[in-house]
Amino acid sequence: MDWLFLDAAFTGGSRDECSAKAGGACWAVIGERLNLFTYGFYPVAERWRVNLSLVLLIFTLFPILFEKAPYRKYALHIAVAFPFVTAWLLVGGLGLTPVETDQFGGFMLTLVIGITGIGFSLPIGILLALGRQSKLPAIQIFSIGFIEFIRGVPLITLLFVASTMLNYFLPPGVTFDLLLRVLIMVTLFASAYMAEVIRGGLQAIPKGQFEAADSMGLHYWSAMRLIVLPQAIKISIPGIVNTFIGLYKDTTLVIIIGLLDPLGIGRASLADTRWTGLSTEVYLFVAIFFFISCFGMARYSQHLEKKLETDHKR
Amino acid sequence: MTQKPESANEKTKSAAGNYAVTMRDVHKWYGKFHVLKNINLNVEVGEKIVICGPSGSGKSTLIRCINRLEEHQQGEIFVEGIELSHDIKNIEIIRREVGMVFQHFNLFPHLTVLENCTLAPIWVRKMPLAEANAIAMEYLERVKIPEQADKYPGQLSGGQQQRVAIARSLCMKPRILLFDEPTSALDPEMIKEVLDVMIQLASEGITMICVTHEMGFARTVGDRVIFMDNGEIIEENNPDDFFLNPQHERTKLFLSQILNH
Ligand SMILES: Nc1ncnc2c1ncn2[C@@H]1O[C@H](COP(=O)(O)OP(=O)(O)OP(=O)(O)O)[C@@H](O)[C@H]1O
Ligand SMILES: [Mg+2]
Repeated sequence: MDWLFLDAAFTGGSRDECSAKAGGACWAVIGERLNLFTYGFYPVAERWRVNLSLVLLIFTLFPILFEKAPYRKYALHIAVAFPFVTAWLLVGGLGLTPVETDQFGGFMLTLVIGITGIGFSLPIGILLALGRQSKLPAIQIFSIGFIEFIRGVPLITLLFVASTMLNYFLPPGVTFDLLLRVLIMVTLFASAYMAEVIRGGLQAIPKGQFEAADSMGLHYWSAMRLIVLPQAIKISIPGIVNTFIGLYKDTTLVIIIGLLDPLGIGRASLADTRWTGLSTEVYLFVAIFFFISCFGMARYSQHLEKKLETDHKR
Repeated sequence: MTQKPESANEKTKSAAGNYAVTMRDVHKWYGKFHVLKNINLNVEVGEKIVICGPSGSGKSTLIRCINRLEEHQQGEIFVEGIELSHDIKNIEIIRREVGMVFQHFNLFPHLTVLENCTLAPIWVRKMPLAEANAIAMEYLERVKIPEQADKYPGQLSGGQQQRVAIARSLCMKPRILLFDEPTSALDPEMIKEVLDVMIQLASEGITMICVTHEMGFARTVGDRVIFMDNGEIIEENNPDDFFLNPQHERTKLFLSQILNH
């Protein structure tokens, strides 16, 4: 504890300056590199776009997460626009200065990958889980094949495929943004796990629920949307959040194909001769960032479970 | 599969138009197990049919064939003149007109009582919310639990849940109601409240097909009692003759067993 705070130096231009001041941790490295940790190499003049995206994110998440949020019904409809608006803000074009995605980095990159993966893997996972139980053989075989293939391959391998091999499959001259490829791979990877989590929930729904829905003349999709999925997802919440957390942490793997997530920035900082040897400080800082995000998700999941539990006990 | 000449099929079809339900030479198998054997049954519009028989005799399977929760493999079933086949359109039309009440209620636990009742009218009949709510409250009053409308099914007793299930079926204004042992999962003190609702319903002209062993109910409202054993219809008669003067040995044995309870 003393090392962390009391004996720590918070300012300074290099490691030597730190140790001249105090014997503990040298947090100056974080201070100097904070912008890098947050924005990566995103152009300084355009960083307001990242900040604005974060504000939009908070305004979008709030009504999704909290039932009591004001104007929730309208906010949920507007939320659909969020991915498009944010993508436009971050990448640019259409009036904004374009920013190459290889300039994305740091926590911003983590959030972009994590939130895209989380946002898309749940619906894709639901479709795959339903597909796996479909009576149509083609859909069933596709779903099973997809899920088992993705689950059988490590994410790193998929990322390598994304970074190198995909180019061979595409016609020459067609370039496909690396970050986009990573987003697709991470999303597909999480979707396969999500599908299995949701399938567990689907299997826990008593047959009588399906029969009651059928006997009323409800269509398949109405029955799923109104009756089966709300119950199945509720049961699956712990598993869903678990998958989210796993995905979020796995975003650090992109360092291997050369994207600079916070860990990558940390390593680059340590390579600077002024700051060598401060790996404890740098990695602790990154760890705290991930812990706060993941702990937040876990707490929210507990809150949700409790709320649903009291909402409709069986 | 029997290949009937077209004209014979047309004949049954036109005859079937006058009945609520027509079953002709219906057979069904679960794998090799022959659950329904040569079922022939005509149900008049407005008729109240009671089906009884020992456990495993195929009673549930029979009535579940009527709204195609189960598929028959041979023979023909017509509901209000519409044939049940693989045609999903026909199945949906029939399911809209045929309500079902299950032994274990099968209410939707994540929806309130009112939402349980309005779901099908809104999504199947495309009824506006206000109208669906009004109809649901009307039927909840009919089954005497309007005050429970905003509770969740898990907060109700078994008898109340079954009455909600009946109201939920009625909200679709079905012409035919199927009951599969609606009281057999209930504690004795709750059976009466459900039977009272069913007896009241019976006086309103709806066609009812009930699998039940409630003899009092059968004698009060039944027009016809059907006894099944081993996948076959063994005997059918009006309730008084059925109970007082059973013809078949197996019927006598069955009646002696349930009446001694
Ligand atoms: N899905 C199924 N697969 C295989 N066999 C089944 C299936 N459903 C029912 N059966 C069998 O078919 C027979 C008839 O079942 P059914 O449920 O129609 O009987 P029941 O007369 O309703 O009996 P109970 O009074 O116990 O409800 C039983 O022997 C049962 O084991
Ligand atoms: Mg049964």
